[in-house]
Amino acid sequence: MFLINCPFCGQREQSEFKAGGEAHIVRPKQPTELSDDEWAEYLFMRKNIKGVQFERWNHVHGCRKWFNMVRDTSNDQIKAVYKIGEKPPVK
Amino acid sequence: MSNNLRFKSSKFIDETYRVSFKFNNKTYFGFKGDTLASALLANGIHLIGRSFKYHRPRGIMTSGSEEPNAIIQLHDNSTRSEPNVRATEVEIYEGLVATSQNCWPSVNFDVGGINNLLSPILPAGFYYKTFMWPESFWKKYEYFIRKSAGLGKSPKVADPDIYEHNYIHCDVLVIGAGVSGIIAAKMAAKNGLKTLLVDEKSYLGGSSIYDNSEFSKINNQITSSWLEKEINEISKLENLEIKTRTSVAAFHAYNFLLARENLTDHLPINQRENKVRQRLLKIRAKKVITATGSIERPLIFDNNDRPGIFLSSAIKKYIDFYGVACGENNVLFTNNDTAYETAMSLIQRGIKINAIIDNREQIDSKISYEVEKNNIKIYKGYTVVDTYGYRRIKKISIMKLSKDGQTVIGDKIKLNCDCLGLSGGWTPAVHLFTQSGGKLKFREEDQVFIPDVYPSDQISIGSCNGDFSLEEIVKNTLFSVKKFLNTENSEYKTIEIISGLNLSKRNIWLLPSDKPIGKTKSFVDYQNDATSKDIKLALREGFRSIEHVKRYTTTGMGTDQGKLGNMHALGIISETAGTKMGEHGTTTFRPPYTPLTFGTIVGRNVGEFFDIFRRTPIHDWHVANNAQFENVGQWKRAWYYPRNNENMHQAVQRESKAARETAGILDASTLGKIDIQGTDASEFLNRVYTNAWSKLAVGKCRYGLMLNEDGMVYDDGVTTRLDENHYIMTTTTGGAANVLGKLEDYLQTEWPELDVYLSSVTDHYATISVCGPDSKKIVSKVIPDLDLSDEKFPHMSFKNAKIDNIKCRVMRISFTGELSYEINIQANYGKSVWEKCIEAGKDFDITPYGTETMHLLRAEKGFIIVGQDTDATMTPIDLQMDWIVSKKKFDFIGKRSLYRSDTIRENRKQLVGLLTENPDDILEEGAQIVADIKKKPVEMLGHVTSSYYSPNLKKSIALGVVKGGKNMLGQKLIIPMENKNINVTVADPVFLDKEGKRLNAKL
Repeated sequence: MFLINCPFCGQREQSEFKAGGEAHIVRPKQPTELSDDEWAEYLFMRKNIKGVQFERWNHVHGCRKWFNMVRDTSNDQIKAVYKIGEKPPVK
Repeated sequence: MSNNLRFKSSKFIDETYRVSFKFNNKTYFGFKGDTLASALLANGIHLIGRSFKYHRPRGIMTSGSEEPNAIIQLHDNSTRSEPNVRATEVEIYEGLVATSQNCWPSVNFDVGGINNLLSPILPAGFYYKTFMWPESFWKKYEYFIRKSAGLGKSPKVADPDIYEHNYIHCDVLVIGAGVSGIIAAKMAAKNGLKTLLVDEKSYLGGSSIYDNSEFSKINNQITSSWLEKEINEISKLENLEIKTRTSVAAFHAYNFLLARENLTDHLPINQRENKVRQRLLKIRAKKVITATGSIERPLIFDNNDRPGIFLSSAIKKYIDFYGVACGENNVLFTNNDTAYETAMSLIQRGIKINAIIDNREQIDSKISYEVEKNNIKIYKGYTVVDTYGYRRIKKISIMKLSKDGQTVIGDKIKLNCDCLGLSGGWTPAVHLFTQSGGKLKFREEDQVFIPDVYPSDQISIGSCNGDFSLEEIVKNTLFSVKKFLNTENSEYKTIEIISGLNLSKRNIWLLPSDKPIGKTKSFVDYQNDATSKDIKLALREGFRSIEHVKRYTTTGMGTDQGKLGNMHALGIISETAGTKMGEHGTTTFRPPYTPLTFGTIVGRNVGEFFDIFRRTPIHDWHVANNAQFENVGQWKRAWYYPRNNENMHQAVQRESKAARETAGILDASTLGKIDIQGTDASEFLNRVYTNAWSKLAVGKCRYGLMLNEDGMVYDDGVTTRLDENHYIMTTTTGGAANVLGKLEDYLQTEWPELDVYLSSVTDHYATISVCGPDSKKIVSKVIPDLDLSDEKFPHMSFKNAKIDNIKCRVMRISFTGELSYEINIQANYGKSVWEKCIEAGKDFDITPYGTETMHLLRAEKGFIIVGQDTDATMTPIDLQMDWIVSKKKFDFIGKRSLYRSDTIRENRKQLVGLLTENPDDILEEGAQIVADIKKKPVEMLGHVTSSYYSPNLKKSIALGVVKGGKNMLGQKLIIPMENKNINVTVADPVFLDKEGKRLNAKL
């Protein structure tokens, strides 16, 4: 079980959190302007890489805040956590 | 039985405390401090059980948790019956009862032993190859396969014992209290770190605590004496907690570990009452030091599994620790110096050693010279090629090894023995290290896998790190612990070690035989009866990956997880395939390290605490009024209220009629409620619901449908505008938490510019829904001050009101199609207001109804239930709810997806009503819907989603989803059932009061 450093609450057990998929996928401002393919790209296509991945997490049983995490999926090392809207602190 | 098997001199055994126990219905005696295994050996009992596949006689092989053979059923036929318990781990107590497993009628005469004779036709993969055809016979095969599968018998009744979970946080966790673990724990604790030291055994000190040899000394003291003083010292340290009988089961990421602490299993039965039997420790350690030691390897040769064949280290422990001789005429078989330590222990007590068979040509160590001096015959460069004796070993035959070790040469020599000790070197116990995500490397010199890359703040020390001589162990432990804890080593400034062992080894994974391999049975995995022949067969049949070979041959898949034989399996694979050992890696070590009982895993979460359930504030009234309950999410909801032996159908019919003819009352407190406030609340609702919200006047309610971004219906409910910038949203009972999560997601990540605040108020309010033609009269009695006239309080509006000076919100909204009012009041007043409504409704035959009647009433009106009439593939258009999808709004969640090529397909499954030809035929929910039953294959058009007998319409009604159903009104379809085909007609899903007159009680 990970120890996750919630940017708002500090270190908590993983059981308080819920993973929310890949981060930095921005919802198109004008979905109606998009072709089926472009919309599908936003809607369905996710990377799920082995290695360093940018993810969204929600402190669902805590402050209920969403935040971002940089995690190496190959060894589960959490490289960084940062608030929504902030730039990732690591590459 | 001969008593000369027990030798006085062990301080770990209390010979003044006699303990009686039963094995296979016979009573024996042992002493306090014995394990079941040592007590049986002291009584001359070697035959413990039968093997899994061939039912071969098996005895005790080891002295610890790695035991593959001596597994027994504890407390057979009692409520505490437990299968597959390792006799080597059970501490005996007064009243212990144990029986052999996997044998019938007895362990001495076992009918299943015929499998041993049939073994040529029972190779690896036998089941996969044999039971494949004919396909229709599977059901017959399954019966026999299941009967012969498994070893022990699972208990038949609930576990009577108490278990619990504990959380432990510490700076340093030390796993294993052998010599290196003791040193590490002392260094950590003395440096002010909160330290926890655990060991699976009942005592501290590991194998060094009974190492009395003159050949290995620390600071010129015998190892065991030095260690005893250390243990004595650390037991007084304040910030060191020591837990014995505590086995670490799992080592997860981020230094999170699970351990089982055994509290009562060693006590006499009558001292266990009302005590916690085992604790699951959930340990979060800042740093972990793994000192789990190593496991001695057996040697792989023909018939290496007979009772009386031990690991040489086990023979040493039985004599040195328990004072028990495993045999009176011993032979040791080794490829390294370890067996000579065992030999010295036997020599010191005058126990006969017939010979030592050593794979090595050259032996050069102090200890081996000492053994030779005692006139023990050593066969150098020899190997055992076969063993004899059915229920216990009687004889072995040995032959000279060729130079390359691949064949045997010369004449066969036969030697008598009643005990054979094997030593194939040592395998570091890296199980926990790899569980934590650690990567191993292979050390060629002595053919072992050792820790290489650590995934968290941890180190491995001692022999689990590949250090095998006492000198290496102590020196490397001091060095690495000091570095790891970043401390000064003030404790062990000078330490002198003498080690009499030479670490040379002649490693041969599969020893050669004079027989062809097809005629041998050289066991690699004793518990699962997997032999070297099986592994070679798997390779011949094309398996290459170690993970595949493991599954095909079942090597390493027993309850011992192959602690003894896995390395040999790897070795045989790489030798046969001509690859390098390190290239194959190892199979994955998975938790738990040793088996856990389910009781430990669930702890106190049994019975009603197994899963939490939520009760509404009115729950007690429902119970008192004979409600039957249904689980909705975690809620207990009143399902129906049977009166006078009514069955469910009868109760629901009565409740449904009453709700439409006079009045019904429903506890709707479980509906999710989300309080929404902020200047952008209206805009927010516009974006999350499909319909328009900006123009909803204060005091009005509106039904909304929420989609996922893929256009599929996600949730629905009525939202009320309480004030300019204040709404209360209701969600489905089961969807409440997910809806809140989704709304927060969009608010925080996509639209942070919106001024909106959400909070869950589900538990804050009790919700009482009163419906039916007489509901207005009832509510006016409960809230006399409230003007309920249609002009002042029309359908889909809300009023603030007071009941006995307590504020409440009343919504005039309806899920039944009847005139109805929903009273929301602070939860703790819920029950009294409910009782007030019941009292006020007495003259109108007010009838409490449950969820089943609610579902029936809404189905009559064609209202959907999200999750029952929808799954994650239904758009609002599929539900024929086009009316609720705004065409004017620029955007809302899911809008773009409603005109993807797939969502605009004409032949999508669409929601329709279904009427049966015979009005008394009630369809089964989930039944398939077809049009043509003759054309094969029959095309499935859809399925029934809701179905009831409507007492108000006096006929069966149903909802279903059908391909292209929207354009099939009036068309005949078929529901094929097991015994008959039911003819149905596609109908409008609104079966009752399409005009909505009943909402104003205009019947």
